[in-house]
Amino acid sequence: MSAPVLDDPAPAGRDAVVRLEGIVTRFGRNVVHEGLDLSIHAGEIVALVGGSGSGKTTLLRHVIGLTRPAAGGVEVFGEALDAGGAAERLARQRRMGVLFQHGALFSAFSVAQNIAFPLRELGVMSRQEIDRLVALKLEMVEMEAAHALLMPAELSGGMVKRVALARALALEPELLLLDEPTAGLDPDRSASFIRLIRALHRELGLTVVLVTHDLDTLAQMATSVAVLAERRIVSHASLDETLALDHPFVARFFRGLQARRSRSNGAGAG
Amino acid sequence: MAGRALDEVFAAGAEGIRLAGDWTLRGLDAHLPALRVALATVHGDARWSLRAVRRMDSFGALLLWQAWGERWPVALEADEAQRAIIGRIEQSAAHALPTPARSPALDGVALLGAGLLAFAGHLAGFVALLGRLVLDLGHLLHHPRDWPLLEISANLYKVGVRAMPVSALVGFLIGVVLSYLSALQLRTFGADAFIVNILGMGIIRELGPVLVSVLVAGRSGSAMTAQLGVMRVTEEIDALAAMGVSRSLRLVLPKVVALTLAMPLLVLWTSAIALFGGWVSAWVELDIGLHFFLQALPDAVPVANLYIGLAKGAVFGFLIALVACHFGLRVQPDTESLSTHTTASVVAAITVVILVDAVFAIATRSIGLPL
Repeated sequence: MSAPVLDDPAPAGRDAVVRLEGIVTRFGRNVVHEGLDLSIHAGEIVALVGGSGSGKTTLLRHVIGLTRPAAGGVEVFGEALDAGGAAERLARQRRMGVLFQHGALFSAFSVAQNIAFPLRELGVMSRQEIDRLVALKLEMVEMEAAHALLMPAELSGGMVKRVALARALALEPELLLLDEPTAGLDPDRSASFIRLIRALHRELGLTVVLVTHDLDTLAQMATSVAVLAERRIVSHASLDETLALDHPFVARFFRGLQARRSRSNGAGAG
Repeated sequence: MAGRALDEVFAAGAEGIRLAGDWTLRGLDAHLPALRVALATVHGDARWSLRAVRRMDSFGALLLWQAWGERWPVALEADEAQRAIIGRIEQSAAHALPTPARSPALDGVALLGAGLLAFAGHLAGFVALLGRLVLDLGHLLHHPRDWPLLEISANLYKVGVRAMPVSALVGFLIGVVLSYLSALQLRTFGADAFIVNILGMGIIRELGPVLVSVLVAGRSGSAMTAQLGVMRVTEEIDALAAMGVSRSLRLVLPKVVALTLAMPLLVLWTSAIALFGGWVSAWVELDIGLHFFLQALPDAVPVANLYIGLAKGAVFGFLIALVACHFGLRVQPDTESLSTHTTASVVAAITVVILVDAVFAIATRSIGLPL
């Protein structure tokens, strides 16, 4: 069953798209991250895994700039997150697309307006061009054009995810941040979602960071796995290397996958 | 950025058009106005070379496709990936976005009809909620243990006690202003002592209850609608129903009971403060002492007016809470609906209060008036 991991180890010389150094995050007296380091290189698809409440989403929010760590530095595209003037920060913000866990579609806007919104904010395109690109993005995420006029409240959970992805892709981002992209999708949709992201990764050379609990998503998509445990990144390596790791969290988290792998290997041998 | 030359991405030569660099949204951003002009002037059967293009995204592809007049050029040098991206733009024409339906001529009639139907729907929903409340009360008479006392007391604190400072402030200021303006008029007639009659009748019978109602509708009514609305959005109301807990008994009834109880008390409180404010102003303007003011008040204002004022308070409180709950339960799970329903709740509550106040004025026209 297990799909081959996309064989694309990041060359050491390439620039880090995201670099987190010595991140410390506290919520009240609860310390979530303590001296966390992580570098993500261009073209990687990094799966961020960790137990519930281990601060994966918080880490993602640090990268987006929605929250600030208590200590430590966040660098995106080689520059500190808060470097430069407002225009530079905005330009940097527009180089990343975010898919929030629950879609976060604007409920007052229709599907088409949701996807058009970032394009319209950019202010360099005509209405026809925007409509054309919206139609294209909708098609990319396998939505029918007829759904463009629906309101978010009328969409199913899977459709919300796909529209949110279309919106995240609207500005052709170089860095795509996905929070639980396949949670709540049926296996079929989930598989096509993974295909879609991988195709985009291939064509556009996207760098993708995803938070996921879904082992299938992880195994089929990620070029590397970053394990968040004990308040820091305990390992950042390919899936095979991660599976070989001797760590209690890794053992528990990947138990299903390891079992499946050994079973399929056994079947192949016999 | 702005200083970069157009020839980084676009060059027209004798052998055709050569494109280069990043044909992406970000790469083209700085050149866009000049590039649009350049693309528009290209000849229809020009040769195109995309060999030097490093990256291309759908925006770059769309620009090209439009420049080509929505068809492939006769001579094109491009690799497979570039052709695929442009091919997707070509295919997307078949999936054009549907346009929203235009409004036909009969729309005005349809709009009117829809408005009337919506109004009838609200009326029916309101009556149903009222009926539900009566049934709940019947149930509670037989099952006294089911009284949601904790919720009632929490609501009482929220809509009653917490509203006291703001209603006192507003009441005091209205009393001062009313008294000051009346004093100016009365002094010209030498009828200074009648300030007690004007303030007493005006505030106790009319101004007190209506003023508090407007305040409470804006303060507590909107809060109730928003709370129930968000509970609908987050499926909390469905969770209650799934546990077999009656939402009307647990959510609507405590709010209605609490506001019905709290409003007469708030009316009493606000009226008293407004009268005090009125006296302060009368004392400054007309030199009327507190002793005289208090002595003249019962003579000028028969006690029935106080009862009318308190009864109004209870009825208005009941109506405000019921209207707020009615709109709160009809919120659809989106932000737009939440805002329209909260607005509608406050507007409807104030309108209903003023309408019922008029009914009160007619029904009690022979009660409590001196002479």
